[in-house]
Amino acid sequence: MSVLTPALNASPPGARRWAIGKTITPLVKRAIGPLVLLVIWEIASRTGVLPERILAAPSQIFVTLGELIASGEMGSNVLVSLQRVCTGLAVSLTLGTALALIAGLTRQGEMAVDSTMQMARTLPFLGLVPLFILWFGIGEFTKIALIAFATTFPMYLTLYSGIRGIDSKLVEAARLFGLSYPQLIVHVILPGALPSFLVGLRYSLGVSWLSLVAVEQINATAGLGYLINNARDFMRTDVIVVCLLVYSLLGLATDLLVRAIEHYALAWRPTFIKD
Amino acid sequence: MQTIPLDLPGTKVRNDAGLRPPVQVVPTTVTTDTQVRARQLTKRFGDNTILDQLDLDIRPGEFVALLGRSGSGKTTLLRALAGLDRITSGTLDVPQARAAVFQEPRLMPWKRAWRNVTLGLNIDQPRERANQALAEVGLAHRENAWPATLSGGEAQRVALARALVREPKLLLLDEPFAALDALTRIRMHQLILALWREHRPSVLLVTHDVDEAVLLADRVLVLEKGRIVSDIAITQPRPRSAERPEFQRVRAQLLQLLGVEIEAAPEPVAPVSTPVHTPFNFSNFSI
Repeated sequence: MSVLTPALNASPPGARRWAIGKTITPLVKRAIGPLVLLVIWEIASRTGVLPERILAAPSQIFVTLGELIASGEMGSNVLVSLQRVCTGLAVSLTLGTALALIAGLTRQGEMAVDSTMQMARTLPFLGLVPLFILWFGIGEFTKIALIAFATTFPMYLTLYSGIRGIDSKLVEAARLFGLSYPQLIVHVILPGALPSFLVGLRYSLGVSWLSLVAVEQINATAGLGYLINNARDFMRTDVIVVCLLVYSLLGLATDLLVRAIEHYALAWRPTFIKD
Repeated sequence: MQTIPLDLPGTKVRNDAGLRPPVQVVPTTVTTDTQVRARQLTKRFGDNTILDQLDLDIRPGEFVALLGRSGSGKTTLLRALAGLDRITSGTLDVPQARAAVFQEPRLMPWKRAWRNVTLGLNIDQPRERANQALAEVGLAHRENAWPATLSGGEAQRVALARALVREPKLLLLDEPFAALDALTRIRMHQLILALWREHRPSVLLVTHDVDEAVLLADRVLVLEKGRIVSDIAITQPRPRSAERPEFQRVRAQLLQLLGVEIEAAPEPVAPVSTPVHTPFNFSNFSI
Protein backbone atom coordinates (compact mmCIF):
# COMPACT_ATOMS: atom_id res chain seq x y z
CA MET A 1 0.00 0.00 0.00
CA SER A 2 2.74 2.42 1.02
CA VAL A 3 4.51 1.70 -2.23
CA LEU A 4 1.42 2.60 -4.19
CA THR A 5 0.63 5.86 -2.40
CA PRO A 6 3.28 8.06 -4.07
CA ALA A 7 2.13 6.82 -7.43
CA LEU A 8 -1.45 7.75 -6.54
CA ASN A 9 -0.44 11.19 -5.30
CA ALA A 10 1.49 11.85 -8.51
CA SER A 11 -1.74 12.11 -10.46
CA PRO A 12 -1.67 13.92 -13.80
CA PRO A 13 -1.57 17.75 -13.48
CA GLY A 14 -4.95 18.03 -15.22
CA ALA A 15 -6.70 16.38 -12.29
CA ARG A 16 -6.87 19.54 -10.13
CA ARG A 17 -8.35 21.70 -12.83
CA TRP A 18 -10.84 18.91 -13.45
CA ALA A 19 -11.97 19.07 -9.82
CA ILE A 20 -12.48 22.85 -9.97
CA GLY A 21 -14.38 22.43 -13.19
CA LYS A 22 -16.64 19.96 -11.48
CA THR A 23 -17.58 22.45 -8.74
CA ILE A 24 -18.02 25.32 -11.18
CA THR A 25 -20.27 23.50 -13.59
CA PRO A 26 -23.26 23.24 -11.21
CA LEU A 27 -22.81 26.91 -10.28
CA VAL A 28 -23.00 27.89 -13.93
CA LYS A 29 -26.03 25.70 -14.38
CA ARG A 30 -27.71 27.36 -11.43
CA ALA A 31 -26.90 30.84 -12.77
CA ILE A 32 -28.47 30.15 -16.14
CA GLY A 33 -32.05 30.67 -14.93
CA PRO A 34 -31.58 34.11 -13.35
CA LEU A 35 -29.33 35.22 -16.22
CA VAL A 36 -31.95 34.32 -18.80
CA LEU A 37 -34.52 36.25 -16.74
CA LEU A 38 -32.22 39.29 -16.67
CA VAL A 39 -31.71 39.16 -20.42
CA ILE A 40 -35.47 38.91 -21.07
CA TRP A 41 -36.02 41.81 -18.63
CA GLU A 42 -33.39 43.92 -20.42
CA ILE A 43 -34.86 43.15 -23.85
CA ALA A 44 -38.37 43.97 -22.60
CA SER A 45 -37.15 47.33 -21.29
CA ARG A 46 -35.17 48.19 -24.44
CA THR A 47 -38.10 47.34 -26.72
CA GLY A 48 -40.48 49.38 -24.59
CA VAL A 49 -42.63 46.42 -23.55
CA LEU A 50 -41.68 47.18 -19.94
CA PRO A 51 -41.89 50.97 -19.40
CA GLU A 52 -39.46 52.58 -16.96
CA ARG A 53 -42.16 53.86 -14.64
CA ILE A 54 -43.17 50.19 -14.04
CA LEU A 55 -39.67 48.76 -13.73
CA ALA A 56 -36.30 50.15 -14.80
CA ALA A 57 -33.97 48.11 -16.97
CA PRO A 58 -31.25 46.04 -15.26
CA SER A 59 -28.54 48.09 -17.00
CA GLN A 60 -30.17 51.30 -15.71
CA ILE A 61 -30.34 49.85 -12.19
CA PHE A 62 -26.63 49.10 -12.20
CA VAL A 63 -25.80 52.58 -13.47
CA THR A 64 -27.97 54.10 -10.71
CA LEU A 65 -26.32 51.90 -8.11
CA GLY A 66 -22.93 53.13 -9.28
CA GLU A 67 -24.08 56.76 -9.12
CA LEU A 68 -25.60 56.42 -5.64
CA ILE A 69 -22.43 54.84 -4.35
CA ALA A 70 -20.15 57.33 -6.08
CA SER A 71 -22.04 60.34 -4.77
CA GLY A 72 -21.90 58.94 -1.22
CA GLU A 73 -25.69 59.13 -0.98
CA MET A 74 -26.05 55.38 -0.55
CA GLY A 75 -23.31 55.19 2.06
CA SER A 76 -24.69 57.95 4.27
CA ASN A 77 -28.25 56.61 4.11
CA VAL A 78 -27.19 53.04 4.87
CA LEU A 79 -25.21 54.38 7.81
CA VAL A 80 -28.25 56.17 9.22
CA SER A 81 -30.37 53.02 8.87
CA LEU A 82 -27.64 50.89 10.36
CA GLN A 83 -27.47 53.17 13.35
CA ARG A 84 -31.23 52.91 13.91
CA VAL A 85 -31.14 49.13 13.61
CA CYS A 86 -28.22 48.80 16.01
CA THR A 87 -29.83 51.05 18.63
CA GLY A 88 -33.12 49.19 18.34
CA LEU A 89 -31.39 45.83 18.59
CA ALA A 90 -29.38 46.91 21.62
CA VAL A 91 -32.64 47.78 23.38
CA SER A 92 -34.38 44.56 22.36
CA LEU A 93 -31.36 42.44 23.26
CA THR A 94 -31.35 43.85 26.77
CA LEU A 95 -35.09 43.66 27.14
CA GLY A 96 -35.48 40.22 25.57
CA THR A 97 -32.69 38.71 27.64
CA ALA A 98 -33.96 40.20 30.89
CA LEU A 99 -37.54 39.06 30.28
CA ALA A 100 -36.44 35.58 29.17
CA LEU A 101 -34.33 35.17 32.31
CA ILE A 102 -37.23 36.27 34.50
CA ALA A 103 -39.67 33.94 32.78
CA GLY A 104 -37.21 31.09 32.32
CA LEU A 105 -35.77 30.91 35.80
CA THR A 106 -38.71 31.36 38.12
CA ARG A 107 -42.23 30.02 38.21
CA GLN A 108 -43.66 33.39 39.30
CA GLY A 109 -41.69 35.11 36.58
CA GLU A 110 -43.13 32.78 33.98
CA MET A 111 -46.66 33.56 35.15
CA ALA A 112 -46.01 37.29 35.19
CA VAL A 113 -44.13 37.60 31.91
CA ASP A 114 -44.78 34.73 29.54
CA SER A 115 -48.51 35.06 28.88
CA THR A 116 -48.14 38.81 28.39
CA MET A 117 -45.31 38.29 25.92
CA GLN A 118 -47.19 35.56 24.07
CA MET A 119 -50.12 37.96 23.71
CA ALA A 120 -48.05 40.96 22.69
CA ARG A 121 -46.07 39.04 20.09
CA THR A 122 -49.21 38.41 18.05
CA LEU A 123 -49.95 42.14 17.79
CA PRO A 124 -49.46 43.28 14.21
CA PHE A 125 -46.38 45.44 14.31
CA LEU A 126 -47.54 47.70 11.50
CA GLY A 127 -50.82 48.31 13.29
CA LEU A 128 -48.89 49.80 16.16
CA VAL A 129 -47.18 52.44 14.03
CA PRO A 130 -50.00 55.05 14.34
CA LEU A 131 -50.31 54.41 18.07
CA PHE A 132 -46.58 54.81 18.61
CA ILE A 133 -46.67 58.06 16.63
CA LEU A 134 -49.47 59.34 18.88
CA TRP A 135 -47.56 58.35 21.99
CA PHE A 136 -44.02 59.23 21.09
CA GLY A 137 -44.33 61.68 18.22
CA ILE A 138 -42.62 61.42 14.88
CA GLY A 139 -39.04 61.70 16.04
CA GLU A 140 -36.19 59.27 16.32
CA PHE A 141 -37.57 57.71 19.50
CA THR A 142 -40.60 56.23 17.75
CA LYS A 143 -38.47 54.70 15.02
CA ILE A 144 -36.13 53.01 17.46
CA ALA A 145 -38.97 51.96 19.77
CA LEU A 146 -40.74 50.26 16.88
CA ILE A 147 -37.60 48.40 15.80
CA ALA A 148 -36.98 47.36 19.40
CA PHE A 149 -40.58 46.23 19.81
CA ALA A 150 -40.51 44.10 16.69
CA THR A 151 -37.18 42.44 17.47
CA THR A 152 -37.69 41.70 21.18
CA PHE A 153 -40.04 38.76 20.65
CA PRO A 154 -37.83 36.42 18.63
CA MET A 155 -35.01 36.91 21.13
CA TYR A 156 -37.31 36.45 24.12
CA LEU A 157 -39.03 33.35 22.75
CA THR A 158 -35.89 31.48 21.73
CA LEU A 159 -33.91 32.36 24.83
CA TYR A 160 -36.84 31.40 27.05
CA SER A 161 -37.23 28.01 25.40
CA GLY A 162 -33.46 27.59 25.43
CA ILE A 163 -33.36 28.16 29.18
CA ARG A 164 -36.24 25.75 29.71
CA GLY A 165 -34.51 23.15 27.57
CA ILE A 166 -31.30 23.00 29.60
CA ASP A 167 -30.48 19.56 30.97
CA SER A 168 -31.50 19.70 34.62
CA LYS A 169 -28.73 17.22 35.39
CA LEU A 170 -26.15 19.84 34.42
CA VAL A 171 -27.81 22.41 36.66
CA GLU A 172 -27.80 19.88 39.47
CA ALA A 173 -24.10 19.13 38.95
CA ALA A 174 -23.33 22.84 38.92
CA ARG A 175 -25.22 23.32 42.18
CA LEU A 176 -23.36 20.41 43.74
CA PHE A 177 -20.03 21.88 42.70
CA GLY A 178 -20.82 25.07 44.53
CA LEU A 179 -21.82 27.50 41.81
CA SER A 180 -23.65 30.54 43.11
CA TYR A 181 -26.84 31.62 41.39
CA PRO A 182 -25.20 34.34 39.26
CA GLN A 183 -22.40 31.90 38.38
CA LEU A 184 -25.02 29.33 37.41
CA ILE A 185 -26.58 31.84 35.01
CA VAL A 186 -23.24 32.83 33.46
CA HIS A 187 -21.58 29.42 33.26
CA VAL A 188 -24.48 27.07 32.71
CA ILE A 189 -27.78 28.65 31.78
CA LEU A 190 -26.77 31.29 29.24
CA PRO A 191 -24.21 29.12 27.39
CA GLY A 192 -26.72 26.27 27.34
CA ALA A 193 -29.45 28.48 25.90
CA LEU A 194 -27.13 30.15 23.39
CA PRO A 195 -27.73 27.81 20.41
CA SER A 196 -31.46 28.44 20.66
CA PHE A 197 -30.97 32.16 21.23
CA LEU A 198 -28.83 32.57 18.12
CA VAL A 199 -31.75 31.34 16.02
CA GLY A 200 -33.79 34.13 17.59
CA LEU A 201 -31.05 36.65 16.91
CA ARG A 202 -31.10 35.69 13.25
CA TYR A 203 -34.88 36.23 13.14
CA SER A 204 -34.53 39.54 14.91
CA LEU A 205 -31.94 40.84 12.49
CA GLY A 206 -34.20 39.93 9.58
CA VAL A 207 -37.18 41.62 11.23
CA SER A 208 -35.13 44.73 11.98
CA TRP A 209 -34.42 45.34 8.27
CA LEU A 210 -38.07 44.75 7.43
CA SER A 211 -39.23 47.17 10.09
CA LEU A 212 -36.91 49.85 8.68
CA VAL A 213 -39.06 50.17 5.57
CA ALA A 214 -42.12 50.96 7.64
CA VAL A 215 -40.35 53.02 10.28
CA GLU A 216 -38.44 55.24 7.89
CA GLN A 217 -41.65 56.38 6.26
CA ILE A 218 -42.31 58.41 9.38
CA ASN A 219 -40.91 61.87 8.88
CA ALA A 220 -37.49 60.62 7.88
CA THR A 221 -34.86 62.72 6.12
CA ALA A 222 -32.34 59.96 5.74
CA GLY A 223 -32.10 56.18 5.68
CA LEU A 224 -32.84 53.40 3.25
CA GLY A 225 -36.58 53.62 3.85
CA TYR A 226 -36.45 57.35 3.21
CA LEU A 227 -34.58 56.72 -0.03
CA ILE A 228 -37.28 54.29 -1.19
CA ASN A 229 -40.13 56.62 -0.28
CA ASN A 230 -38.45 59.51 -1.97
CA ALA A 231 -37.87 57.43 -5.08
CA ARG A 232 -41.53 56.47 -5.13
CA ASP A 233 -42.51 60.15 -5.17
CA PHE A 234 -40.29 60.73 -8.20
CA MET A 235 -41.22 57.40 -9.81
CA ARG A 236 -37.58 56.34 -9.81
CA THR A 237 -38.09 52.56 -10.09
CA ASP A 238 -34.35 52.13 -10.58
CA VAL A 239 -33.63 53.65 -7.14
CA ILE A 240 -36.31 51.50 -5.54
CA VAL A 241 -34.81 48.32 -6.97
CA VAL A 242 -31.33 49.42 -5.91
CA CYS A 243 -32.58 49.94 -2.37
CA LEU A 244 -34.23 46.52 -2.39
CA LEU A 245 -30.93 45.06 -3.56
CA VAL A 246 -29.12 46.78 -0.72
CA TYR A 247 -31.69 45.43 1.76
CA SER A 248 -31.08 41.89 0.59
CA LEU A 249 -27.31 42.40 0.75
CA LEU A 250 -27.61 43.74 4.29
CA GLY A 251 -29.77 40.75 5.19
CA LEU A 252 -27.12 38.46 3.75
CA ALA A 253 -24.38 40.28 5.63
CA THR A 254 -26.17 40.04 8.98
CA ASP A 255 -26.77 36.35 8.36
CA LEU A 256 -23.05 35.88 7.76
CA LEU A 257 -22.40 37.80 10.96
CA VAL A 258 -24.60 35.45 12.98
CA ARG A 259 -22.93 32.48 11.32
CA ALA A 260 -19.55 33.85 12.38
CA ILE A 261 -20.81 34.30 15.93
CA GLU A 262 -22.15 30.75 15.89
CA HIS A 263 -18.87 29.42 14.62
CA TYR A 264 -17.01 31.09 17.43
CA ALA A 265 -19.46 30.75 20.30
CA LEU A 266 -20.71 27.27 19.50
CA ALA A 267 -17.30 25.78 18.77
CA TRP A 268 -18.05 23.16 21.42
CA ARG A 269 -20.89 21.62 19.46
CA PRO A 270 -20.00 18.37 17.70
CA THR A 271 -21.01 19.76 14.30
CA PHE A 272 -18.43 22.53 14.56
CA ILE A 273 -15.64 20.41 15.93
CA LYS A 274 -13.04 19.52 13.38
CA ASP A 275 -10.45 17.08 14.63
CA MET B 1 -20.70 -2.02 64.95
CA GLN B 2 -22.03 -5.41 64.09
CA THR B 3 -20.90 -6.63 60.76
CA ILE B 4 -20.81 -10.02 59.19
CA PRO B 5 -17.26 -11.27 59.00
CA LEU B 6 -16.29 -12.49 55.60
CA ASP B 7 -15.92 -16.14 56.56
CA LEU B 8 -19.36 -16.53 58.08
CA PRO B 9 -21.39 -18.92 55.97
CA GLY B 10 -24.04 -17.08 54.01
CA THR B 11 -27.44 -17.04 55.66
CA LYS B 12 -30.04 -18.93 53.73
CA VAL B 13 -32.96 -16.66 54.51
CA ARG B 14 -34.63 -15.10 51.52
CA ASN B 15 -35.82 -11.62 51.96
CA ASP B 16 -39.43 -12.15 51.15
CA ALA B 17 -41.76 -9.27 51.67
CA GLY B 18 -42.65 -8.71 55.27
CA LEU B 19 -39.85 -10.90 56.52
CA ARG B 20 -37.48 -9.30 58.99
CA PRO B 21 -34.15 -8.78 57.32
CA PRO B 22 -31.57 -11.25 58.59
CA VAL B 23 -28.96 -8.68 59.43
CA GLN B 24 -29.67 -5.38 61.02
CA VAL B 25 -27.23 -2.56 61.43
CA VAL B 26 -26.84 -1.56 65.01
CA PRO B 27 -25.96 2.09 65.44
CA THR B 28 -22.44 2.73 66.54
CA THR B 29 -21.97 3.01 70.22
CA VAL B 30 -18.24 3.44 69.94
CA THR B 31 -17.48 7.09 69.48
CA THR B 32 -15.07 6.81 66.60
CA ASP B 33 -15.08 9.91 64.49
CA THR B 34 -17.41 9.48 61.57
CA GLN B 35 -17.37 11.30 58.29
CA VAL B 36 -21.02 10.56 57.60
CA ARG B 37 -23.58 9.99 60.29
CA ALA B 38 -27.23 9.46 59.51
CA ARG B 39 -29.83 8.71 62.15
CA GLN B 40 -33.47 7.85 61.50
CA LEU B 41 -33.02 9.26 58.04
CA THR B 42 -36.39 9.34 56.31
CA LYS B 43 -37.33 10.56 52.88
CA ARG B 44 -40.88 10.51 51.60
CA PHE B 45 -42.26 11.47 48.24
CA GLY B 46 -45.97 11.90 48.90
CA ASP B 47 -47.13 8.61 50.40
CA ASN B 48 -44.05 6.72 49.21
CA THR B 49 -41.43 6.20 51.84
CA ILE B 50 -38.16 5.86 49.98
CA LEU B 51 -35.79 5.97 52.94
CA ASP B 52 -37.23 4.55 56.12
CA GLN B 53 -35.49 5.58 59.35
CA LEU B 54 -32.12 4.66 57.98
CA ASP B 55 -28.97 4.70 60.07
CA LEU B 56 -25.58 4.96 58.45
CA ASP B 57 -22.03 5.64 59.53
CA ILE B 58 -19.04 6.04 57.28
CA ARG B 59 -15.61 6.46 58.83
CA PRO B 60 -12.98 8.79 57.42
CA GLY B 61 -11.17 7.15 54.52
CA GLU B 62 -13.57 4.25 54.39
CA PHE B 63 -14.70 2.83 51.04
CA VAL B 64 -18.33 1.78 51.28
CA ALA B 65 -20.37 0.22 48.53
CA LEU B 66 -24.13 0.41 48.53
CA LEU B 67 -26.05 -2.34 46.76
CA GLY B 68 -29.74 -2.65 46.24
CA ARG B 69 -32.35 -3.54 43.69
CA SER B 70 -33.78 -0.75 41.61
CA GLY B 71 -36.23 1.25 43.63
CA SER B 72 -34.56 0.36 46.90
CA GLY B 73 -33.60 3.98 47.55
CA LYS B 74 -29.89 3.85 46.64
CA THR B 75 -29.91 6.98 44.55
CA THR B 76 -32.21 8.81 46.97
CA LEU B 77 -29.74 8.13 49.77
CA LEU B 78 -26.85 9.37 47.66
CA ARG B 79 -28.77 12.51 46.69
CA ALA B 80 -29.58 13.17 50.33
CA LEU B 81 -25.89 12.84 51.23
CA ALA B 82 -24.96 15.12 48.35
CA GLY B 83 -27.41 17.71 49.61
CA LEU B 84 -29.39 17.64 46.38
CA ASP B 85 -32.62 16.58 48.07
CA ARG B 86 -33.99 17.68 51.40
CA ILE B 87 -34.68 14.87 53.84
CA THR B 88 -38.12 14.50 55.37
CA SER B 89 -36.97 13.72 58.90
CA GLY B 90 -34.03 12.42 60.87
CA THR B 91 -30.54 13.78 61.23
CA LEU B 92 -27.72 13.75 58.78
CA ASP B 93 -24.14 14.86 59.34
CA VAL B 94 -21.99 15.12 56.26
CA PRO B 95 -18.74 16.98 55.65
CA GLN B 96 -18.90 20.26 53.82
CA ALA B 97 -16.31 19.10 51.29
CA ARG B 98 -18.27 16.69 49.13
CA ALA B 99 -18.04 15.82 45.49
CA ALA B 100 -19.86 13.41 43.26
CA VAL B 101 -19.45 11.51 40.04
CA PHE B 102 -22.64 10.38 38.37
CA GLN B 103 -23.45 7.68 35.88
CA GLU B 104 -23.28 10.23 33.08
CA PRO B 105 -20.27 12.57 33.25
CA ARG B 106 -22.38 15.77 33.45
CA LEU B 107 -19.64 17.92 31.96
CA MET B 108 -20.61 21.33 30.64
CA PRO B 109 -20.40 20.76 26.86
CA TRP B 110 -19.44 24.42 26.30
CA LYS B 111 -16.39 24.32 28.55
CA ARG B 112 -13.07 22.73 27.71
CA ALA B 113 -11.94 19.81 29.85
CA TRP B 114 -9.78 21.86 32.19
CA ARG B 115 -12.48 24.49 32.70
CA ASN B 116 -14.91 21.75 33.60
CA VAL B 117 -12.48 20.53 36.24
CA THR B 118 -12.29 23.91 37.97
CA LEU B 119 -15.95 24.74 37.46
CA GLY B 120 -17.18 26.98 40.25
CA LEU B 121 -13.83 27.00 42.06
CA ASN B 122 -12.36 30.27 43.17
CA ILE B 123 -8.69 29.34 43.39
CA ASP B 124 -5.32 30.70 42.38
CA GLN B 125 -3.82 29.29 39.20
CA PRO B 126 -6.90 27.29 38.25
CA ARG B 127 -5.27 26.05 35.08
CA GLU B 128 -2.33 24.49 36.91
CA ARG B 129 -4.62 22.86 39.42
CA ALA B 130 -6.86 21.50 36.68
CA ASN B 131 -3.89 20.11 34.81
CA GLN B 132 -2.60 18.41 37.94
CA ALA B 133 -5.97 16.76 38.49
CA LEU B 134 -6.21 15.77 34.83
CA ALA B 135 -2.72 14.30 34.96
CA GLU B 136 -3.79 12.21 37.93
CA VAL B 137 -6.51 10.61 35.87
CA GLY B 138 -4.17 10.23 32.90
CA LEU B 139 -5.70 12.97 30.78
CA ALA B 140 -3.08 15.72 30.86
CA HIS B 141 -2.97 15.71 27.07
CA ARG B 142 -6.73 16.33 26.80
CA GLU B 143 -6.91 19.54 28.88
CA ASN B 144 -8.19 21.58 25.94
CA ALA B 145 -10.61 19.02 24.55
CA TRP B 146 -14.31 19.77 24.22
CA PRO B 147 -16.39 17.23 26.16
CA ALA B 148 -18.09 16.11 22.95
CA THR B 149 -14.75 14.84 21.64
CA LEU B 150 -14.05 12.69 24.70
CA SER B 151 -14.82 9.00 24.84
CA GLY B 152 -17.15 7.74 27.58
CA GLY B 153 -14.23 6.64 29.73
CA GLU B 154 -12.32 9.87 29.19
CA ALA B 155 -15.37 11.99 30.03
CA GLN B 156 -15.88 10.01 33.21
CA ARG B 157 -12.22 10.53 34.13
CA VAL B 158 -12.63 14.29 33.65
CA ALA B 159 -15.65 14.09 35.94
CA LEU B 160 -13.46 12.26 38.45
CA ALA B 161 -10.77 14.92 38.16
CA ARG B 162 -13.45 17.57 38.72
CA ALA B 163 -14.47 15.80 41.93
CA LEU B 164 -10.91 15.27 43.18
CA VAL B 165 -9.67 18.80 42.58
CA ARG B 166 -12.07 19.86 45.33
CA GLU B 167 -10.23 17.59 47.80
CA PRO B 168 -13.48 16.08 49.08
CA LYS B 169 -13.76 14.41 52.44
CA LEU B 170 -16.70 12.47 51.06
CA LEU B 171 -16.71 11.22 47.49
CA LEU B 172 -20.10 10.07 46.22
CA LEU B 173 -20.09 7.75 43.23
CA ASP B 174 -23.48 7.06 41.64
CA GLU B 175 -22.97 4.05 39.37
CA PRO B 176 -20.09 5.86 37.67
CA PHE B 177 -18.93 2.84 35.70
CA ALA B 178 -22.32 1.50 34.64
CA ALA B 179 -22.27 3.04 31.16
CA LEU B 180 -18.70 2.04 30.36
CA ASP B 181 -17.54 -0.98 28.40
CA ALA B 182 -16.04 -3.90 30.31
CA LEU B 183 -12.39 -3.11 29.58
CA THR B 184 -12.74 0.58 30.43
CA ARG B 185 -14.55 -0.38 33.60
CA ILE B 186 -11.61 -2.53 34.75
CA ARG B 187 -9.24 0.37 34.17
CA MET B 188 -11.57 2.73 36.02
CA HIS B 189 -11.68 0.34 38.98
CA GLN B 190 -7.91 0.41 39.18
CA LEU B 191 -7.86 4.18 38.83
CA ILE B 192 -10.45 4.80 41.51
CA LEU B 193 -8.59 2.58 43.98
CA ALA B 194 -5.30 4.33 43.22
CA LEU B 195 -6.88 7.76 43.69
CA TRP B 196 -8.64 6.67 46.85
CA ARG B 197 -5.33 5.43 48.33
CA GLU B 198 -3.69 8.71 47.37
CA HIS B 199 -6.35 11.11 48.67
CA ARG B 200 -8.13 8.99 51.26
CA PRO B 201 -11.64 10.43 51.06
CA SER B 202 -14.55 8.49 52.44
CA VAL B 203 -16.24 6.91 49.45
CA LEU B 204 -19.83 5.86 48.99
CA LEU B 205 -20.19 3.88 45.80
CA VAL B 206 -23.72 3.21 44.67
CA THR B 207 -23.77 0.28 42.30
CA HIS B 208 -25.88 -2.62 41.14
CA ASP B 209 -22.81 -4.67 40.28
CA VAL B 210 -22.08 -7.10 43.13
CA ASP B 211 -18.61 -7.95 41.81
CA GLU B 212 -17.67 -4.30 41.61
CA ALA B 213 -18.78 -3.77 45.21
CA VAL B 214 -16.82 -6.75 46.54
CA LEU B 215 -13.79 -5.88 44.44
CA LEU B 216 -13.50 -2.29 45.66
CA ALA B 217 -15.13 -1.69 49.01
CA ASP B 218 -14.17 -2.10 52.64
CA ARG B 219 -17.80 -2.57 53.47
CA VAL B 220 -20.81 -3.51 51.40
CA LEU B 221 -24.24 -2.35 52.46
CA VAL B 222 -27.43 -3.79 51.07
CA LEU B 223 -30.38 -1.46 50.92
CA GLU B 224 -33.90 -2.74 50.75
CA LYS B 225 -37.15 -0.82 51.09
CA GLY B 226 -35.30 2.21 52.38
CA ARG B 227 -33.38 0.40 55.09
CA ILE B 228 -29.93 -1.04 55.28
CA VAL B 229 -30.60 -4.73 55.68
CA SER B 230 -27.05 -5.95 55.81
CA ASP B 231 -23.61 -4.61 56.33
CA ILE B 232 -20.79 -6.89 55.25
CA ALA B 233 -17.15 -6.12 55.90
CA ILE B 234 -14.78 -7.26 53.19
CA THR B 235 -11.56 -8.08 54.96
CA GLN B 236 -9.83 -9.66 51.99
CA PRO B 237 -6.65 -7.69 51.28
CA ARG B 238 -6.33 -5.81 48.00
CA PRO B 239 -5.60 -6.62 45.23
CA ARG B 240 -8.61 -8.85 45.23
CA SER B 241 -9.30 -11.59 42.79
CA ALA B 242 -12.73 -12.71 41.74
CA GLU B 243 -11.24 -16.21 41.53
CA ARG B 244 -10.72 -16.56 45.26
CA PRO B 245 -13.24 -18.68 47.17
CA GLU B 246 -13.75 -15.95 49.79
CA PHE B 247 -14.74 -13.55 47.04
CA GLN B 248 -17.15 -16.11 45.65
CA ARG B 249 -18.71 -16.69 49.03
CA VAL B 250 -19.41 -13.02 49.70
CA ARG B 251 -20.68 -12.63 46.21
CA ALA B 252 -23.12 -15.53 46.62
CA GLN B 253 -24.23 -14.15 49.95
CA LEU B 254 -24.87 -10.70 48.51
CA LEU B 255 -26.71 -12.05 45.52
CA GLN B 256 -28.94 -13.98 47.82
CA LEU B 257 -29.64 -10.89 49.88
CA LEU B 258 -30.57 -9.14 46.68
CA GLY B 259 -33.02 -11.90 45.91
CA VAL B 260 -31.07 -13.60 43.15
CA GLU B 261 -30.97 -17.37 43.58
CA ILE B 262 -27.86 -18.92 42.14
CA GLU B 263 -27.28 -22.63 41.76
CA ALA B 264 -25.11 -24.11 44.44
CA ALA B 265 -21.75 -24.29 42.79
CA PRO B 266 -19.29 -27.03 43.67
CA GLU B 267 -15.95 -26.03 45.20
CA PRO B 268 -13.92 -24.49 43.67
CA VAL B 269 -16.58 -22.09 42.61
CA ALA B 270 -17.12 -21.35 38.95
CA PRO B 271 -15.95 -18.00 37.51
CA VAL B 272 -17.94 -15.00 38.57
CA SER B 273 -19.76 -13.66 35.61
CA THR B 274 -20.87 -15.65 32.63
CA PRO B 275 -17.73 -16.60 30.75
CA VAL B 276 -16.80 -14.07 28.14
CA HIS B 277 -15.85 -15.63 24.84
CA THR B 278 -12.77 -13.61 24.23
CA PRO B 279 -9.16 -14.84 24.28
CA PHE B 280 -9.05 -13.87 27.90
CA ASN B 281 -11.55 -13.89 30.68
CA PHE B 282 -12.32 -10.73 32.61
CA SER B 283 -12.61 -12.62 35.86
CA ASN B 284 -8.89 -13.31 35.63
CA PHE B 285 -8.24 -9.67 36.20
CA SER B 286 -7.41 -8.66 39.68
CA ILE B 287 -7.23 -5.24 41.16
